[in-house]
Amino acid sequence: MNDMTPTREQREAALEGMGCKRKRVEDVRFTQGKGQYVDDLKLPGMVFGDFVRSPYPHAKITKIDATEALKIPGVIAVLTAEDLKGVNLAWMPTLAGDVQMVLADGKVLYQNQEVAFVVAEDRYIADDAIQLVDVEYEELPVLVDPFKSMDPDAPVLRPDLDGKTEGAHGPRKHHNHIFNWEVGDKDETAKAFAEADVTINEMISYHRTHPSPLETCQCVASMDKVKGELTVWGTFQAPHVIRTVASLLSTIPEHKIHVIAPDIGGGFGNKVGAYPGYICSIVASIVTGVPVKWVEDRMENLSTTSFARDYHMTTEIAARNDGTVTGLKVHVLADHGGFDACADPSKWPAGFFNIVTGSYDFPAAHLSVDGVYTNKAPGGVAYRCSFRVTEAAYCIERAMDILAQKLEMDPADLRIKNFVKADQFPYQSALGWEYDSGDYHTAMQKAMDTIGYRELRAEQKAKQEAFKRGETREIMGIGVSFFTEIVGAGPSKNCDILGVAMFDSAEIRVHPTGSVISRMGTKSQGQGHETTWAQIIATEIGIPADDIMVEEGNTDTAPYGLGTYGSRSTPVAGAAIALAARKIRNKAQMIAAHMLEVSEYDLEWDVDGFQVKGNPEARKSMKEIAWAAYHAPPPNMEPGLEAVSYYDPPNMTYPFGAYFCVMDIDVDTGVATTRRFYALDDCGTRINPMIIEGQVHGGLTEAFAIAMGQEIRYDETGNVLGASFMDFFIPTAVETPHWETDHTVTPSPHHPIGAKGVGESPNVGGVPAFSNAVNDAFQFLGNTHIQMPHDAWRIWQAAKDLGAHG
Amino acid sequence: MIPGEFTYHRPSSVAEAVAILVSHGDEARPLSGGHSLIPMMKLRMAAPEHLVDLGGIADLKGISEDGGTITIRAMTTQHELIGSDLLAEKLPIIKETSLLIADPQIRYVGTLGGNVANGDPGNDMPALMQCLNASYVLTGPDGDREVAARDFYEAAYFTALAPEEILTAVKIPTPPAGHGYAYEKLKRKVGDYATAAAAVLLTMNGGSVASASVALTNVADTPLYAADASNILTGSTLDDATVASAVAAAEAITDPASDGRGPAEYRTKMAGIMMQRALARAADRARS
Ligand SMILES: Cc1cc2nc3c(=O)[nH]c(=O)nc-3n(C[C@H](O)[C@H](O)[C@H](O)COP(=O)(O)OP(=O)(O)OC[C@H]3O[C@@H](n4cnc5c(N)ncnc54)[C@H](O)[C@@H]3O)c2cc1C
Repeated sequence: MNDMTPTREQREAALEGMGCKRKRVEDVRFTQGKGQYVDDLKLPGMVFGDFVRSPYPHAKITKIDATEALKIPGVIAVLTAEDLKGVNLAWMPTLAGDVQMVLADGKVLYQNQEVAFVVAEDRYIADDAIQLVDVEYEELPVLVDPFKSMDPDAPVLRPDLDGKTEGAHGPRKHHNHIFNWEVGDKDETAKAFAEADVTINEMISYHRTHPSPLETCQCVASMDKVKGELTVWGTFQAPHVIRTVASLLSTIPEHKIHVIAPDIGGGFGNKVGAYPGYICSIVASIVTGVPVKWVEDRMENLSTTSFARDYHMTTEIAARNDGTVTGLKVHVLADHGGFDACADPSKWPAGFFNIVTGSYDFPAAHLSVDGVYTNKAPGGVAYRCSFRVTEAAYCIERAMDILAQKLEMDPADLRIKNFVKADQFPYQSALGWEYDSGDYHTAMQKAMDTIGYRELRAEQKAKQEAFKRGETREIMGIGVSFFTEIVGAGPSKNCDILGVAMFDSAEIRVHPTGSVISRMGTKSQGQGHETTWAQIIATEIGIPADDIMVEEGNTDTAPYGLGTYGSRSTPVAGAAIALAARKIRNKAQMIAAHMLEVSEYDLEWDVDGFQVKGNPEARKSMKEIAWAAYHAPPPNMEPGLEAVSYYDPPNMTYPFGAYFCVMDIDVDTGVATTRRFYALDDCGTRINPMIIEGQVHGGLTEAFAIAMGQEIRYDETGNVLGASFMDFFIPTAVETPHWETDHTVTPSPHHPIGAKGVGESPNVGGVPAFSNAVNDAFQFLGNTHIQMPHDAWRIWQAAKDLGAHG
Repeated sequence: MIPGEFTYHRPSSVAEAVAILVSHGDEARPLSGGHSLIPMMKLRMAAPEHLVDLGGIADLKGISEDGGTITIRAMTTQHELIGSDLLAEKLPIIKETSLLIADPQIRYVGTLGGNVANGDPGNDMPALMQCLNASYVLTGPDGDREVAARDFYEAAYFTALAPEEILTAVKIPTPPAGHGYAYEKLKRKVGDYATAAAAVLLTMNGGSVASASVALTNVADTPLYAADASNILTGSTLDDATVASAVAAAEAITDPASDGRGPAEYRTKMAGIMMQRALARAADRARS
């Protein structure tokens, strides 16, 4: 070897493979404003659709008259439910087994519900026409409070379900009842409570909020009547599922539907489901024969297009005096709004809420969830969360603090006492999950040492004394959160969407010159797949990441996959990518053996090629092998170098983390300032530490927003409040705390590269950390539980109720 | 979020602008920075058929001082207020307040004239102008008239401005050198209107208050000049009891809406807290 020959380390570095802080390749276009989003698309002859929406939360519709609107030049059509009935699309099935109106069919169930779809030559004309569509409403009594949904005299929200005693998930108890879901051993749990030294019981609410991606939901539908083909560009986190659903609903054969998700400006669960805007655009294009664009505005997005959470969780823990937990009992009242439009895997009406035992070794647990209808927008989507994991994590993490308070134990110590131990994995939880791996004690200890937990408690004590002496009006809270997630939906044995198993896929094609194109069934909305997927391939087949193009979102070219949400991309598609790459490497090994005239068993892999064992100078790089694959493949071998892999995961992955929040609160104004926030994440093997850090920063910022003020509120008459960015709290850089990030690495034992998901962990673990900090601050004044969101006035109110204003 | 149809005018003199307003009456609205008006048009809460853009009138720009009065022409942007050396020296509270308005992007285009003419109780400048005892120059077909900021606001979006008038300038008596001042604003985030805010201007004579002026933002459907509170403070040594009774007097005149910023009770209390804090800072500055 001469001096110019790169060292092994240099060759490895040149790949920019797994573990490299590779800069995001997609940012080159995003930071220059050159991303191509749905609204950038302009097709010849394209027209625009927009909705007439209901000002009433609950009303009968007695008349829709579009005569005046249709007189405006440029107005092409006004679609109503009656028109949609002609193509059997006035209603559509939801992923949760319910049906949902596409356009109001005789009545409306929530404010801003879609009533008619105006199609016009431009957006301005459409908006003018909306003002002229004459809709007559007859108001009905409004049901806002989910706790009153099942009152005997509660108004009937869904006459279409009249007499239906069986729902998609079992018997319905009441005309506003959707489902009951029970998990766990009721008798064992009752026994634990009967024998407990100490119990707690608290109703912990997770308020209604919204994923609010920067880009709202939108699409362009274009029906080619000559070819009988439909193309839909849209904000789709799961483009293949949209294609299948579109085919089933429209009866257009699936191969004649082309679904394309271009660049997406954030999804956070908001872009998983199908919305009336998509259906109406498709129908309008079929009717008019020209492309139809629909772009919702911010207020439409916030007020109608899929809320998140709205879980009211009555939580009980049984424990012994020494702090050992012996039983967990949770009842959830789930407010679903007017339709059950949750985007969960089909068999899971409350998602994976049964991860609610968290990181703790509960010998017995029982969970019961009741879903109910109210006059609010439908949704219940997984806002940066794996199907109700966020609610579950908040529930158990808040409850553990309340238990610690009752036991007069430190909340960190109580957690440590009850952690599932490293040698208990794989761990079978009382509510049915098999946790694949974890080392909670190590993570917690590292976090506590780094943040200086004991010193902070001492400081807090001193501040409390000073407050009591009247020397300060500021109090201090320390929020502890130790979460376990369940991500990577999911194994076909328990996860499907409308019958399609939740596998994912990857296709990798190595070109003759040694560069690569690869496509997946996932779809990045900002997660950086173009960067990280290439890194996995780079490490697996020794081709530099820069020579690998990643393409997602086009159902014509990408292999079928279930899309990106629930932190599933790395656990599922990430595995498919590694396995497809390994198929390529296996073939490459045979080609190399042929080239070097040795047996393939005499070869070993070395960073970016194969070398003869014991004779490293006899080697073939992947680049040379790729050329040979197309130029002179071994006899009896098919030419070419490509592979497809479909991966059905054997289990979920279980990322975890320890988060600490240190907060100072001005008791007189209720203003809370986050002094420090420390987040330790364990997501197994780390593909790109910089992207992980970015994901954690973003998720923590959302968690901060949700815990400290972000809310979709309704007044008692059903008006939706705060559905604009004036009120809906999106923090700016000024409000956002500084994030300290850290990690441990506990690889997933069943995943080909040991990776778990990370994108949602910070939202899941962050919310309880903030909320626990607020609650902890007021504990010395007698507080047990303050409901979220913790905006300034509510904190002030809590302080006042606790007598802190003198 | 799409406005209705309108005709756009861009006159180059005040006289021309007034003439357009006269010919279209209620159907016309002046447009300054557009950062209050355009959002309302997009929500179709305002639907003027004629927009009279004042941006082409060179005469409506500038800050000057003459004989103890500082004159700020209406189209001066909030950004220009922040950058003015004259204001920094003579009326630093204007910079302090401007920096708490919205964000830099909005301040580049939002104007003082638009902010005070708008009549939105959430705007910060109106209470400040009441605190400073400013007056507004209103120019109409019959020439100029002056209305005191303390008399200008009638209800939310209702002011003494007639439909054919333009607010052309704001005149502020220059406060004595060494005066104390502070603007305290409680808000949920950058870019938010006040949950409650208070402007305080103070001059001290030895240990006691020679003059005091307090005004409040966004705790009623108009800005509030807190006359009683100002009177209570004047002549006092700012002892705890006096401050408490002045705060109580200020709280007593509030009548805030309950909204996403909090219930009325909270916002009233916050007006008191903001006033108290502004007072403390103003007193500090006055002494130093
Ligand atoms: C996100 C956001 C946050 C904001 N936050 C704040 C805040 O915290 N505090 C605050 O004070 N403001 C805030 N604003 C408002 C901003 O300061 C506006 O720019 C200002 O209120 C209006 O000034 P303008 O020049 O934009 O007026 P325009 O929007 O052009 O006009 C406002 C109204 O005044 C009338 N008008 C304008 N100029 C004249 C004139 N010379 N004579 C007669 N009538 C006139 C118009 O017809 C219109 O009715 C915010 C705005 C936005 C968009």
